[in-house]
Amino acid sequence: MILTSFDPLKKEQFQVLDKDGKVVNKDYEPKIDDDTLIHMYKTMSLARVADIKALQYQRQGRMLTFAPVQGQEAAQIGPMAALDKKDWLVPAFREAAAMLYKGVTLEQSYLYWYGNERGSQFDEGVNVLPVNVPIGSQINHASGVAYASKIQKQDAVALAYIGDGGTSHGEFHEGMNFAAVYNAPLITIVQNNQYAISTPRAKQTKSETIAQKAVAYGIPGIQVDGNDVLAMYAVVKEARERALKGDGPTLIEAFTYRLGPHTTSDDPTIYRKDEEVEEWKTKDPLIRFRKYLTNKKLWNKDKEEALQEEYKKLVNDTFKKVEASGLVELDDVFKYNYAEMPRDLQKQKEAYEAYLKESEEN
Amino acid sequence: MAELTLLQAINKALEQQMEKDKSVVVFGEDAGFEGGVFRVTAGLQKKFGEDRVFDTPIAEAAIVGNAIGMAINGLKPVAEIQFSGFMFPGYNQIVTHAARMRNRSRGKYGVPMVVRMPYGGGLRALEHHSESLETLFAHIPGLKLVIPSTPYDAKGLMIAAIQDPDPVIFMEPKRIYRAFKQEVPDQEYKVEIGKARVVKKGEGMTVVAWGAMMRETQKALKRLEKENIDVELIDLRTIAPLDYDTVLESVKKTGRLLVVSEQVKSLGIASELITRANEEAFLYLEAPPMRVTGHDITVPLPKGEHHHMVDEKRIAHTIKKLANYEV
Repeated sequence: MILTSFDPLKKEQFQVLDKDGKVVNKDYEPKIDDDTLIHMYKTMSLARVADIKALQYQRQGRMLTFAPVQGQEAAQIGPMAALDKKDWLVPAFREAAAMLYKGVTLEQSYLYWYGNERGSQFDEGVNVLPVNVPIGSQINHASGVAYASKIQKQDAVALAYIGDGGTSHGEFHEGMNFAAVYNAPLITIVQNNQYAISTPRAKQTKSETIAQKAVAYGIPGIQVDGNDVLAMYAVVKEARERALKGDGPTLIEAFTYRLGPHTTSDDPTIYRKDEEVEEWKTKDPLIRFRKYLTNKKLWNKDKEEALQEEYKKLVNDTFKKVEASGLVELDDVFKYNYAEMPRDLQKQKEAYEAYLKESEEN
Repeated sequence: MAELTLLQAINKALEQQMEKDKSVVVFGEDAGFEGGVFRVTAGLQKKFGEDRVFDTPIAEAAIVGNAIGMAINGLKPVAEIQFSGFMFPGYNQIVTHAARMRNRSRGKYGVPMVVRMPYGGGLRALEHHSESLETLFAHIPGLKLVIPSTPYDAKGLMIAAIQDPDPVIFMEPKRIYRAFKQEVPDQEYKVEIGKARVVKKGEGMTVVAWGAMMRETQKALKRLEKENIDVELIDLRTIAPLDYDTVLESVKKTGRLLVVSEQVKSLGIASELITRANEEAFLYLEAPPMRVTGHDITVPLPKGEHHHMVDEKRIAHTIKKLANYEV
């Protein structure tokens, strides 16, 4: 049992792969088939390419503000690979990689940040809630989703993401406590990327680890190397089994780092030192996983080059499609506020259409 | 005198009041070291130290709740909510505690705090970053609510807000944070809370606006320069307590009222102004009062926001319609 072997009160951190991709904890190396390993790596890579390209588009004035995911891919892909299709993902707002793995398309993901609500209209059978911009409130949604799954015997868990800053929020506490009391099948992953915009982790909580907050809820908590995709996979696999047995929620602190800005509106050079960023770059989750796969003879330089080419093209083509989508139709902004449009709202729409027609004629 | 933006004017007001009064403290998410995501509080921590200017954990209920406690116990907190769309956890504290404390303690405890928050749309911003929710505060007895539209008023209202014995919600139209500069006196001065400003005198029609809509309305008036419509333009500046006297006096003179607001249409500030005109100036009206507002919908994301956002074109269109209205 991983969850009982790493004590968050003693600052123990669970790791399988070191930063050079070597297995340091053979007992806990998860057994994942080769196809899945490669799919995991590919999705991490796609998320990375999409992120870097989006940043370029944003700097060119073609993309609006978004929250880059760079550096946190392992903390998202490992957990998603450990879930079943019917399990729920309840994201915060920096989970583009997790969402991709769970079936949100790159086009939808881009479309949301491009400023179109269609980007949250996911395909049938994709159990993912929309991006959650307000801090912390999603933990209660996830707890509710999990509770509903339990009493309807859906045999599915809910996995929620939140950041280190989010744990300061009342709703984090309320949601964790609620889920714990009712043994709801909830897994909460705190991506501790060390900063909440400019505010460092030490100014959010005096707890030594975020994982130790689990102790007060009476549930397991563990700190994991968040840049280690295998460790993240293994721990979520175990938390999921617990949850489905009816043993309740688990709190996982993914110790990681946001390599980019909070959002594209943020300038991290004001509050972070270059050396710190450079140090974390040596722990890049993608490089580590690639080395692991290369050692297993599942990956090589040629494959890498071909993949990079393929994804650059895919991302470019997808973004062009998103750009071509243009503005949102008037119908769209009115018709989804209620299942059935109230009569007065219909009248407001008609009055506005009449105005548009009139002002066009003048 | 210095030429300042609205944002700089608020910064100057904070700096000046902190210098003068040691009980003034400033805090919020990223408001300390970084000086806020918009830099409204830039330089204050360096100048006044970390006890008086500090970053808070991300927790709006804690930010407002602590401000209430500090205000009760001798400080004058100026708390920042990073975006008004995120104020809801703090809204509980504002409504159920700050607004009622004076009344329920029969005057024993006042809550002399200021809660600042940038608000409003038109910036192609993320979800929850474009709403115009001033009604939610204006509807609560015990709260004061101010919204400046110029750098001069921003400084004078902030100073008045800090010195006010009651809780003041200070909503900042972020769309015009840096849109233009204005001469702002270096010395301390107050703009009276509860007093509207007649921006331009006129006889033909009363147009009322506030916040970022003032600028849109002024652009609309420029568009209509050759139309010979004699508009009296009023900037509310304070939403609560609202200066009905200034508005109604004007309506009685002009006989026509237009309210421009970027809020959703129904049950907003415009609704109340028009109600008052009907109640108290009905016999002076020469046309039904009108309003230009958003629709009763969730503010769309940027690619659909233009359907909702009030712009100078729509304002000009409605001014003309009202001017030409004949019974």
